[in-house]
Amino acid sequence: MEPIVVLLPLFGAMLSMPVSWLAKPKASEILTSSFLVIAALYSWVLFFDVALGGHARTITLFQWIGSGAFQADWALRLDTLSATMLVVINTVSAIVHIYSMGYMKDYGEQPRFFAYLSLFTFAMLMLVTADNFVQLFFGWEGVGLASYLLIGFWYKKKSANDAAIKAFVVNRVGDFGFALGIFCIFLVFGSVRFDDVFAAIIQNREVIPFGLSAGGPILDLTLSIFGGEYHALTLIGVLLFIGAMGKSAQFLLHTWLPDAMEGPTPVSALIHAATMVTAGVFLVCRCSAVYENAPDAAALVTLVGSITAFFAATVGLLQDDIKKVIAYSTCSQLGYMFFAAGVGAYGAAMFHLFTHAFFKALLFLGSGAVIIGMHHEQDTKKMGGVRTLLPLTHIFMFIGTIAITGIGVPGVKLFGAPLGTAGFVSKDMVIESAFIAGEAGRAFGFFAFAMGLLAAVMTAFYSWRLMFLTFYGPSRAPDHVRKHPHEVPTTMLAPLVPLAVGALVAGMVFYPFFVGPKSEQFWNGAIYAAHDSEHGDDHGMADKHASNDHGAEAHHEDETHHGDETYGDTNHTDQSHGDSGHSETGHSKTGHNDTGHGDAHGADDHHGGHHVPSWVLWAPFFAMLIGTGGAVAHYRGSDPLKPGLLREGGMIYAFLKNKWYFDQIYDVILVKPALFIGRFLWKQGDGKVIDGLGPDGIAASVAASARRLVKIQTGYMYHYAFAMLIGIAVLLTYVLMRIGGGQ
Amino acid sequence: MEIGLGHYLSVAAVLFAVGMAGIFLNRKNVIVILMSIELMLLSVNINLVAFSQFLGDMTGQVFAFMVLTVAAAEAAVGLAILVAYFRNRGDISVDDANFMKN
Repeated sequence: MEPIVVLLPLFGAMLSMPVSWLAKPKASEILTSSFLVIAALYSWVLFFDVALGGHARTITLFQWIGSGAFQADWALRLDTLSATMLVVINTVSAIVHIYSMGYMKDYGEQPRFFAYLSLFTFAMLMLVTADNFVQLFFGWEGVGLASYLLIGFWYKKKSANDAAIKAFVVNRVGDFGFALGIFCIFLVFGSVRFDDVFAAIIQNREVIPFGLSAGGPILDLTLSIFGGEYHALTLIGVLLFIGAMGKSAQFLLHTWLPDAMEGPTPVSALIHAATMVTAGVFLVCRCSAVYENAPDAAALVTLVGSITAFFAATVGLLQDDIKKVIAYSTCSQLGYMFFAAGVGAYGAAMFHLFTHAFFKALLFLGSGAVIIGMHHEQDTKKMGGVRTLLPLTHIFMFIGTIAITGIGVPGVKLFGAPLGTAGFVSKDMVIESAFIAGEAGRAFGFFAFAMGLLAAVMTAFYSWRLMFLTFYGPSRAPDHVRKHPHEVPTTMLAPLVPLAVGALVAGMVFYPFFVGPKSEQFWNGAIYAAHDSEHGDDHGMADKHASNDHGAEAHHEDETHHGDETYGDTNHTDQSHGDSGHSETGHSKTGHNDTGHGDAHGADDHHGGHHVPSWVLWAPFFAMLIGTGGAVAHYRGSDPLKPGLLREGGMIYAFLKNKWYFDQIYDVILVKPALFIGRFLWKQGDGKVIDGLGPDGIAASVAASARRLVKIQTGYMYHYAFAMLIGIAVLLTYVLMRIGGGQ
Repeated sequence: MEIGLGHYLSVAAVLFAVGMAGIFLNRKNVIVILMSIELMLLSVNINLVAFSQFLGDMTGQVFAFMVLTVAAAEAAVGLAILVAYFRNRGDISVDDANFMKN
């Protein structure tokens, strides 16, 4: 029964076009949408069963690749991580399907659009339900393809095609790293199955890399590549993260995401906010066992994540296109998720992913309604006063905005959960865990905390700037738009209701499970419980080992339902340290946290006890207030377009307006040389050398020799006779010479 | 001076070369080609007879008669063709006879 949750979207994708030929295009819309609704409802059932009921299981459908040690199955791995993703993907996708029925009405080609949407959903579901890296890669490429198709949906528009190609190419850069990471995993572990790989890491098994005669315990195994020795897990972690960077539009590989706004708005909501871009976060959380044992790789994740959060927020400040503001906001929020994962708070990362899906989809779909209402206008400078034209849309966008900026009351708990909107609960959680990690000495923890706060200020600013420019103040729209706004159909507004509800309460409702007191039971081993993650960086290698083993034992103590797992005894630990580990765990259980090692922070965090200074608790709230206040002060007046602190022509203004000049820099250092090389190889290499010597050259020389041979046929008898004679003479000479030589 | 095999062969070779040159250098008359062919056949005959005499084997001389017969037949057929050709073309110049080109 479970496979239908994955296969229904596939059936939808396959049937959409044939159904539209047999019946009306409307039929394929209804078919794919109802498939998705069924899949969404069933994925909620699975979520309650798997995540809340604790029935994690893996269903193997059939074997895909079996070649010696290389085994890959088609499987459905249902644990809390994938169940959460299933809910997010299927819910948002179902809502987007229904919404698109209204949105795409004027554009035509709905069957193709719905087929693509369903195909995308299927690929994403394959990605999250994979139980091995190869199936994950299949889904990974599948969403890349679907995203290409959807961004370039309006294929007659050059900008859409360009954006689609850009997204595809930038993603290939990441995929290159990801593929190398998978190769590396198979090389080291001899398996691509999650269970094998993670069990080997948790138990610190002896592994022998493929083709080598000697191996070692995985935690300090090194691989020599290009003459250097690299820690195997760090290498794997970094390579996988490069893949995640591409897919999740992280700093340096982010340039495709804003351009992807060329696609229809529902696509932006589905792919570029709620699901596909979260694949990278999912990957890092899935591989938590790798990152927890590769501190350098985790530090890279934190660093890149926090830079992205900051960078994208600064660019978002000055965007005028309604969709681009939200696109950069997505980029920034993804940065939050990554640095949360990087500092070891995988629960917080997934929690933010989960809540972000609600309010970001809400914001995108709401802005889609605005765009339709304003006669396909996307520039906020030409809007203003839309509140009176589209009052319902205004309410939804307002909810989305307070959700993303994070309205709530810090420090107040209602039924064990913080009181506030979804973004408030999850973002505060992320920022706090960065602070805790920083205190515990985790690399870039405080940096992430600072960047997160700054980004929170800017998030509030640009979100409210968007609201003010769009919905409030005097209207700057042309007369005919103002007097006759397009009617926004009910199919576009009704789907926003569940999203709005989610944006408001998802944080409070799911807080206890994702990060709160019930999180141990909720995650149920789906993410690696990182008790040992906070060891100081100054520890030596052997010491690191000791703390790892201690962590494993603490793990053993803590979670009795994991008792069936065996942990390899690698004899690296000295008994005294192990003992102190036990006592520490005991302390953390009772909430005392006075040991000098700081080892128990992570565990404490997972148990929901926040031992952070109250200013840290309040900091995100004040950040939000500052940003909101700034936006209100600046944009509430009669002329919201008046220049503010950053004046046009100023250097910072130009810097931000040009998105930190990334496109220009890439153009100079990557695109231009690539085009030059391409043109050179095309004109000189292919045109002149290969064609010149190859097909064209041979053809030309054949023609030339034929022209010369034609002259032989003169028609004169005596020429032929002469040729005959010469022939006979040569033949005779040859024969006579042979005979003479033979004797 | 003793007249030996070499002399006969030399005469035959000269005759053959003259016949050959006649075929190639002649630009005017098809009849000259026929005559040149006769000349070459004759040179072959001289070779045959000379060797026959030299080796004391009569087969060569029998062969010479054979060649003469064939040469006569060839001349007859050739002249017949020539007559037909002249009737069609009205002239027998070799330079114009290049139909085989087309």
